[in-house]
Amino acid sequence: MGITARDLFLIAPELALTVGATVVVLSGLVSRQRQLTLVLALLGLAVTFAFAIALWDNVHANGAQSAFNDSLIVDKFALYIKFLVAGTAALVLIASSEYAERFRPYGSEFTGLVLFSAAGLMLLAAAADLITIYVSLELATLPVVALAAFVRTRIAPIEAGVKYLLLSAVSSAFLLYGFAFLYGASGTMQVVGGSSGAPTIAQALGEGSPDVPFGGLAIMAGAILATAGFGFKLSMVPFQMWTPDVYEGAPTPVGAFLATASKAAAFAVVLRLFYEALGGSSADWSTLFAALAAITMTIGNLVAIVQSNVKRLLGYSAIAHAGYLLIGVAAVTAHGQETQDAAGISSVLFYLAGYAAMTLAAFFAVIVLTQRSGDERIEAMAGMGKRAPLAALALAVALLGLTGIPPTVGFMGKLFLFNAAVNSGLVWLAVVGAVNSVVSAYYYVGIIRTMYLREPAGDASPVAAAFSGRLTLWITVAAILVLGFWPGGLLEVARTAASGLVS
Amino acid sequence: MTLQLLHFQILSAAIFCIGLYGVLARRSAVLVLMSIELMLNAVNLQLVAFGAYSGFGTSTGQVIAVFVITIAAAEVGLALAIVMRLFRSRGGVNLDEIDVMRG
Repeated sequence: MGITARDLFLIAPELALTVGATVVVLSGLVSRQRQLTLVLALLGLAVTFAFAIALWDNVHANGAQSAFNDSLIVDKFALYIKFLVAGTAALVLIASSEYAERFRPYGSEFTGLVLFSAAGLMLLAAAADLITIYVSLELATLPVVALAAFVRTRIAPIEAGVKYLLLSAVSSAFLLYGFAFLYGASGTMQVVGGSSGAPTIAQALGEGSPDVPFGGLAIMAGAILATAGFGFKLSMVPFQMWTPDVYEGAPTPVGAFLATASKAAAFAVVLRLFYEALGGSSADWSTLFAALAAITMTIGNLVAIVQSNVKRLLGYSAIAHAGYLLIGVAAVTAHGQETQDAAGISSVLFYLAGYAAMTLAAFFAVIVLTQRSGDERIEAMAGMGKRAPLAALALAVALLGLTGIPPTVGFMGKLFLFNAAVNSGLVWLAVVGAVNSVVSAYYYVGIIRTMYLREPAGDASPVAAAFSGRLTLWITVAAILVLGFWPGGLLEVARTAASGLVS
Repeated sequence: MTLQLLHFQILSAAIFCIGLYGVLARRSAVLVLMSIELMLNAVNLQLVAFGAYSGFGTSTGQVIAVFVITIAAAEVGLALAIVMRLFRSRGGVNLDEIDVMRG
């Protein structure tokens, strides 16, 4: 018992990020220079990265370690998500440094909230018991609610904030009710075992039907309520209603953060809960997730076709991609041999990184393209191929990647996911996924056609991008193409990370 | 007849459902927030009842209820700030009138 220096070392990345966020917010009292805010934030993220790398080495040498009386588990799976979240936060902050001009005089608060939310997401990836999952989920969500409603002069952000807040609060209530059932049925909150040797949910459930009213049904109710609660965070049908509204109404960088970092951490915790804690139960989670995956991607893609606002379309695209990622979850929860499970988990991890690169590129391009006019209609993108060559190219590459066309990372990612589904006997699901990718080409390519083949309606002057905007566009486009040509390196890392969860 | 775990479970489920009904049926943002509080307190009741009756020998359930109360307070603080902002910009907190974005 008690907190040791080792515990603090194991959460050093989150500590560094929290300290960084606090310093950033306080710096706003002294100076309102947005360069200073950005430099301090990136410094905090750099320290976070350094600690995470040190931890990766440590875990590589000594194996997974638990901290704070087994409430956190630091394994490679968690660290992979931490790298992803920190990298995403850094790119979002750089890309929004120009955009943040309209948050004046609250630019440092904006940056601080992004960092606090990132810290919550990193803790979420490492959470080893149900209560830590809940607390870090709220730490990640509440700052994003404030961020969504950040622009006070327009009505859409406030509406986005209200919708996200109410729906996430309801989803938290569902999640907690589910957790209460799981606790009642198993007598423990422990998802992953730790050094103290306290029984985990999986072990408790393995000892037979619990001594509570409705025994086995209580576990079922708990798992289903928890799935509903997580469904909101993952924008899984039928809990996806808030997604397009929030993506459209919230400031564009917030949409980018929500679509990538939040989703990565939420998928990580769903994998951990359903693979480690509930994997041993007799219930067939795989069929449940397979059905949800098929419905989610089909509805996301079909409704995206009729959209006329780019950000709203990206919202529906995010729903569709939650569906593709759920294919991986369905394959993992099918519980084949360990190598198969590891392959399934690594395909989800790989796709999360690839999806982050593609979605960030798309959102960053939208930031540049709508910077001056504020017009987010797809028609307003006409002629952008000439007016803003770099941003249009980045958006085109990102959209081709999201469709799943080689040689982008989207193609490789989908290949791995569908392959995992086929290996787990879910051939029909892979077919549904492939058909959906074809459908999605219609609306993704439609934007590209508008940008390059149609003449601008009015203003035809070039749209300039600031250096920070150009830098993030180059980085994300390079990531999409490099990981598409040479997926081996990242896949190897994802495999190592997945083995942390399987063994 | 003595009170058993099942009674608490039924009460908690009933309160949770009343809260959920309130979220779905109420149009005022403040009343929806109150309904969400009802749902969270149903969960607290469930947790405390499990902790007290199941004979796990630990007080995990009660401790978690304290966590839930704390976080719900933070949530309400943020929620009321945003609802106030909504009231200032629209002159009301009716959720049916929140319809700038459609499609």
